[in-house]
Amino acid sequence: MMNAMINNVSVEVEDGLTILEAARKYNINIPTLCHYPELHINSDCRICSVEIDGRKGLKTACSTPIKDGMNIITNSPRVLNARKTITELILANHDANCTACTRNLNCELQSLAKNLGIDINRFPSVLERKPLDLLNPSLVRNSNRCIKCGRCVDVCKNVQAMHVLETMHRGHEMTVGPAFDEPLNDQTCTFCGQCANVCPVGAIMEKDNTDVVWEKLHDPSVYVMVQIAPAVRVAIGETLDHENGLISNGKLVSALRHLGFDHIYDTNFTADLTIMEEGTELIDRIMNGGVLPMMTSCCPGWINFAEQRHPNIIDHISSCKSPQQMFGTLAKTYYADKSNIDSRDIYVVSVMPCTAKKYEATRKEFRSFYDIPDVDIVLTTRELSKMFRQMGVDFDLIKEEPFDNPFGITTGAAQLFGASGGVMEAALRTVYEIVNKKPLVDINFESVRGLQGIKEATVDLGGKEIKVAVSNGLANTKTLVEQIEAGTSPYTFIEIMACPGGCIGGGGQPYGTTNDVREARLASTYFIDEEMVCRKSHENEMILALYEDYLDEPNSEQAHHLLHTYYEARK
Amino acid sequence: MQIIDVLKKYPASQTSLLEILLEIDRLKDNHYISKEEVHMISEYLGVRTSHVYSVLTFYTLLSTEPRGKHIIQVCKDIPCYVNDAFDVRKTLEKMLNMSVGQTSRDGLFTLEETACIGCCDEAPAMLIDLEPYTNLTRDKIERILASYREVTL
Repeated sequence: MMNAMINNVSVEVEDGLTILEAARKYNINIPTLCHYPELHINSDCRICSVEIDGRKGLKTACSTPIKDGMNIITNSPRVLNARKTITELILANHDANCTACTRNLNCELQSLAKNLGIDINRFPSVLERKPLDLLNPSLVRNSNRCIKCGRCVDVCKNVQAMHVLETMHRGHEMTVGPAFDEPLNDQTCTFCGQCANVCPVGAIMEKDNTDVVWEKLHDPSVYVMVQIAPAVRVAIGETLDHENGLISNGKLVSALRHLGFDHIYDTNFTADLTIMEEGTELIDRIMNGGVLPMMTSCCPGWINFAEQRHPNIIDHISSCKSPQQMFGTLAKTYYADKSNIDSRDIYVVSVMPCTAKKYEATRKEFRSFYDIPDVDIVLTTRELSKMFRQMGVDFDLIKEEPFDNPFGITTGAAQLFGASGGVMEAALRTVYEIVNKKPLVDINFESVRGLQGIKEATVDLGGKEIKVAVSNGLANTKTLVEQIEAGTSPYTFIEIMACPGGCIGGGGQPYGTTNDVREARLASTYFIDEEMVCRKSHENEMILALYEDYLDEPNSEQAHHLLHTYYEARK
Repeated sequence: MQIIDVLKKYPASQTSLLEILLEIDRLKDNHYISKEEVHMISEYLGVRTSHVYSVLTFYTLLSTEPRGKHIIQVCKDIPCYVNDAFDVRKTLEKMLNMSVGQTSRDGLFTLEETACIGCCDEAPAMLIDLEPYTNLTRDKIERILASYREVTL
């Protein structure tokens, strides 16, 4: 422990804290801009400058360790002036047309300017406008708004190990972007969107597709249906001023109905279907000497990573389409057949925690008829929230409603798809019972839960112990993939999710996803699972009925034709 | 020498990057690192092109665009500025009929500015390639440029 003074208040804190951390323990708020929990950026922006008695110049609180006997001032006129000046300089090189920005009232720079009391900028604008990168279906880069904080670079380079984004040039000329300032689709970008999630301003955003959804909702010739991914319901509440991890199942359905959707379905249904197909595929690979370890295929960021950087391990990836795409296919085949609707008149909207799903939906493999995508358009959690705001939906007042049928009855296992380790846990619940022909005693696989980078478990399948692994975040994925390439992988089944924490921490989720927020969303995910009557995918009666009625049996010819896909080396 | 031969001289580690960039730059008459070369370097070192490009664009002595055979770098730091009675930069711009950042039409010179080159005691000064020229006067600059032109002819 050590003693110091902050603003003439004596503080006692443990060793090894920065001034910023120590001050926060005493509810002294030092403003920050580039700083972000779990990232490694320090003293880039210098907003957190403080005065330390006896030291020359101002020091950055985020990177200066607090020392015994230090006398720190966080609110002197000198400090406040420095912070204001820095912010004014940033604003002078920023497209500060705030009312025409998606981050309006949800922007860290804007809040900072407000809190510091900036009512006039003494510096004229020096912004040199650059064109936007609009060339991919997932992300938009607007460098006119970039404040060079370095968060996107850090998350891309160190958390995801992709290193597509980097700082280029130097000094006043410094920019952030891919090599040669090329558009993102010329790079091996997985479109995971973690950069968009940590951006403090509107410099990297998802490609907004809300307008086309409004159009379709008001087009009488179109039969619009919507599917919602498991991770969306434990996060969207945050954007509507609710606590982190609020579960909004029923209200979400009801709010969608307010928007004008008539057919509101659950991606959890096709998550259950994925378990049936993927579980059966795993059993088949184990029994018949197929390529092992088998790797999951639900995550489009991971698929992009594998196809671009590790095409030699493609045979390890399950041929199952993701739940989003299984839903799209079923909507345009099974549903169209049963309801006697031309598949061309069905418009499938999906709401995902993910920016890579936007790209996934455009893949040519996912077009059942007439070269029309099975999933027509993908909205992120943030975009759906925007539509609620546009409409003025009051989340507190609306009543809860159940999902529609036939794709509305789901299990606890399916909800787990939102969490890292969830697909693994759901698959093990089913695979264990099918292979061992007896019920699992404890269906909770605690060892594959949580935010740890790589998690392992051992399962008994037909008297044989098999090892499984789960990774979240692409840097951890790299480790597991390199084991396979070296022929040293000890695992039989591997789940990969590109985003830290799994889909609950996806690139399309509400801004400000930190580990605390991830924990809250995870807790809600497991709570939903516990509360479900049915918690195993192979016990979902609607799934069993679907096989009986249309798909024959898991991995049948019909199921393969509709629910499986292939991968190829790209770039 | 081929680029691949340059690469092979260095261990395939990130720490070789700057030396490789400098050697390729020296090797080429037009003193720049092309996009293809960035890709080759990144593949050889096992680093991303974004990293190579980031380092390449950080240093003013490297370029991503073709430059002249000789790179003239005028010191823009304070001692040279204070001692510069006749405006070295403008003089060069006039004599070469181009502005800073440009390359002469004959491909012989590129004009750039640089931070302090350590010749403050003999300011104003400039570098041509790695050769310092100090105590500059209008006449001296004219003679220097002529000498480079002669050698080339």
